[in-house]
Amino acid sequence: MPKSKSAYSVPTKKEKSDTYIFVVWVDNEAGVLARVVGLFSGRGYNIESLAVAEVDAIKNISRITIVTTGTPQVIDQIKLQLSKLVPVHKVAEFKREDKNVIFKEMALFKIVGKKKKMEMCLNVCKKFDLVILDETKTSKVIQITALRRDIDKISKKLKPWGLISASRTGAVAMTRGAKIFN
Amino acid sequence: MPKLYTGAEIVFKCLEDQKVKHIFGYPGGAVLPIYDELKNHSSIKHILVRHEQGAGHAAEGYARSSGKPGVVLVTSGPGATNVVTALTDAYMDSVPLVCISGQVPTHLIGTDAFQECDTTGITRPCTKHNWLVKDINELSEIMHEAFKVATTGRPGPVLVDIPKDIQFAKTKYKKLKKEKQINGKSNNNFSQKQIDQLIDLLNKAKKPVIYSGGGVINSGPKASDALREFVELTGFPITSTLQGLGAYPGDDNQFLGMLGMHGTYEANNAMHDCDLLINIGARFDDRITGKIDEFSPNSKKVHIDIDPSSINKIIKVDLAIVGDVSKVISKLNKTILKRKNGHSKSNKSNIAKWWEQIQKWRGKNSLNFVNSNDSIKPQHAVQRLYELTKDKDTYVTTEVGQHQMWAAQHYKFNKPNRWMTSGGLGTMGYGLPAAVGVQIAHPEKLVVDIAGEASVLMTMQEMSTAVQYNLPIKIFILNNQYMGMVRQWQELLHEKNYSESYSEALPDFLKMAEAYGCKGIKAENPTELDEKIQEMIDYNGPVIFDCHVDPNENCFPMIPSGKPHNQMILGPKDQEDNKIKGKGKALV
Repeated sequence: MPKSKSAYSVPTKKEKSDTYIFVVWVDNEAGVLARVVGLFSGRGYNIESLAVAEVDAIKNISRITIVTTGTPQVIDQIKLQLSKLVPVHKVAEFKREDKNVIFKEMALFKIVGKKKKMEMCLNVCKKFDLVILDETKTSKVIQITALRRDIDKISKKLKPWGLISASRTGAVAMTRGAKIFN
Repeated sequence: MPKLYTGAEIVFKCLEDQKVKHIFGYPGGAVLPIYDELKNHSSIKHILVRHEQGAGHAAEGYARSSGKPGVVLVTSGPGATNVVTALTDAYMDSVPLVCISGQVPTHLIGTDAFQECDTTGITRPCTKHNWLVKDINELSEIMHEAFKVATTGRPGPVLVDIPKDIQFAKTKYKKLKKEKQINGKSNNNFSQKQIDQLIDLLNKAKKPVIYSGGGVINSGPKASDALREFVELTGFPITSTLQGLGAYPGDDNQFLGMLGMHGTYEANNAMHDCDLLINIGARFDDRITGKIDEFSPNSKKVHIDIDPSSINKIIKVDLAIVGDVSKVISKLNKTILKRKNGHSKSNKSNIAKWWEQIQKWRGKNSLNFVNSNDSIKPQHAVQRLYELTKDKDTYVTTEVGQHQMWAAQHYKFNKPNRWMTSGGLGTMGYGLPAAVGVQIAHPEKLVVDIAGEASVLMTMQEMSTAVQYNLPIKIFILNNQYMGMVRQWQELLHEKNYSESYSEALPDFLKMAEAYGCKGIKAENPTELDEKIQEMIDYNGPVIFDCHVDPNENCFPMIPSGKPHNQMILGPKDQEDNKIKGKGKALV
């Protein structure tokens, strides 16, 4: 007797999942983000992070950057399904490892504690475009921009040294060189 | 100074510009201004249904049988939520619908006002697109775009939600602009190179099969003509999905019958054993493929579809051609004919052996059933209905369940747009309101809803609509007192524990017919069947036909859960050897 077979397809040979970054150009209109996000949740795709803002005020275009994981087949589907949405103009997707694309995330950290520990915090953050946004005798608000995994590591490290609040954006992406997405 | 129109007037001006003749709907507080305007537009006839779901299915039947978009008009809140099933049904089966819904006035949106609901939120996943009109100046453009989105590319439902204050507000009317490209959403850019690649595959094939689907119907009657020419040119066998029936003549010798879960033995075996599979306008639905891993394991696969997201969604294909079926097949035919002029070598001889094999499978006569003199067998009833109506250009709708599969198996369709059934969503209660819509589109034609007694009770109220508009629809109920398909699965998978699948207190359908003011006919034994069916056909008015059939009959052949195409259950005898065990059960 062969095991678990069905009239509904059974996911047997699961291909490897990879992390991809989707960049989606959409009309900046009411409900457009809900359409994009609803497509992901409705079809069971995963969203790791999301960043969205208007990038062209005259043409009324917003740019959504979504980090997701999936098998090549799922990634293909995400692209095709996104392209079908009426307010979507253009969809581009990249592997996270893609050397030709720059990915960045930003984080704001609030650190409270003794001077010495705060110094240690600043030291760790130095190489990630550290900006000190606010200072008091007992606290600091700092900003760094880095890759997701770096921010993950840093925030873990900072916890015991007085990190009491963290706020992070989703990833945004841009190609290197003179070329643009198309 | 140009004339100013109210939102309600603009709605009708758009409908007129779009050449809409019929709308299906139900009034209510938030659409009253639009209903008030109805009287000033004599070219548009409103069909008053009894429930908004009925309006949606009627519009689907209208659209599927006529090729024109169906238009639905409902009020806010419950009006909109009631139509959601029909919108989802249309989305799954790619039926063009434009649904206009009323909404509470703009300043009350978000306040939990009377009969308010987040209509665009609720319908977002079951429409191709939807709009909430917040500015009267956008109304005419949105209305025109709604029709465009619904009817272009892969068709589907759209919804326009219009708050009541927008219906009263005034502005200028903007006429339909011609051919404004919307984000390049229509896909018809296939190349001659792809056609040539396909022809190379055709020439090499020894065991080809064509698998056509609802996309051929959606592509219009020309697509069916092109498909017929293509099948004739190649001599290939062709099978069809449930939605594709009628695109190719059901009684033709090259037609293998329907494929899939309740498809014929020859169609499913051909799919399994073929070396070239040509999918034309179908989507590798899970009722078709059965077990994915063992689906047509040795074939090159070609997929012709207008929707790029259908390609490689379920089954990876070797050659994908994204385009309108009608255009692709016409181009293909032309190229084949051109090449044939060069050297007239056809590959029909290549596939002679394949046809021999198919004939062997045909010999199994998989649609066979044991007829009876004592009780009416449901298959027999469908066969008799077919024989007695086949010369009449009959339109058939169905509900969902065993009767639907028997209709698909035993009623042979020769033309497209004659067969309306809920395939993707499987909506019980689809057939009766759909028949209303079909009859509105084709007032002179015979329209039969092949129904089950359980399904038809879900939307029975629409009989009242049929009576109001003198629509002579025939509701042919195969009454077995069970939710037959549920009972069949319980018999096969759940040790005959017929949990809640028997309807203990069915209505007397004759009295019901009388109550609605239509004709009721009952048939209880095979000897009177023909005469009663004839009586139904001859009666000029709506009929409820209560056909009492054998309650224990099962629908065969069947690909049971957990089996690939080439392991079908053929009939009561075969069943003993093919018991379904283990985990497969949970996955039906």
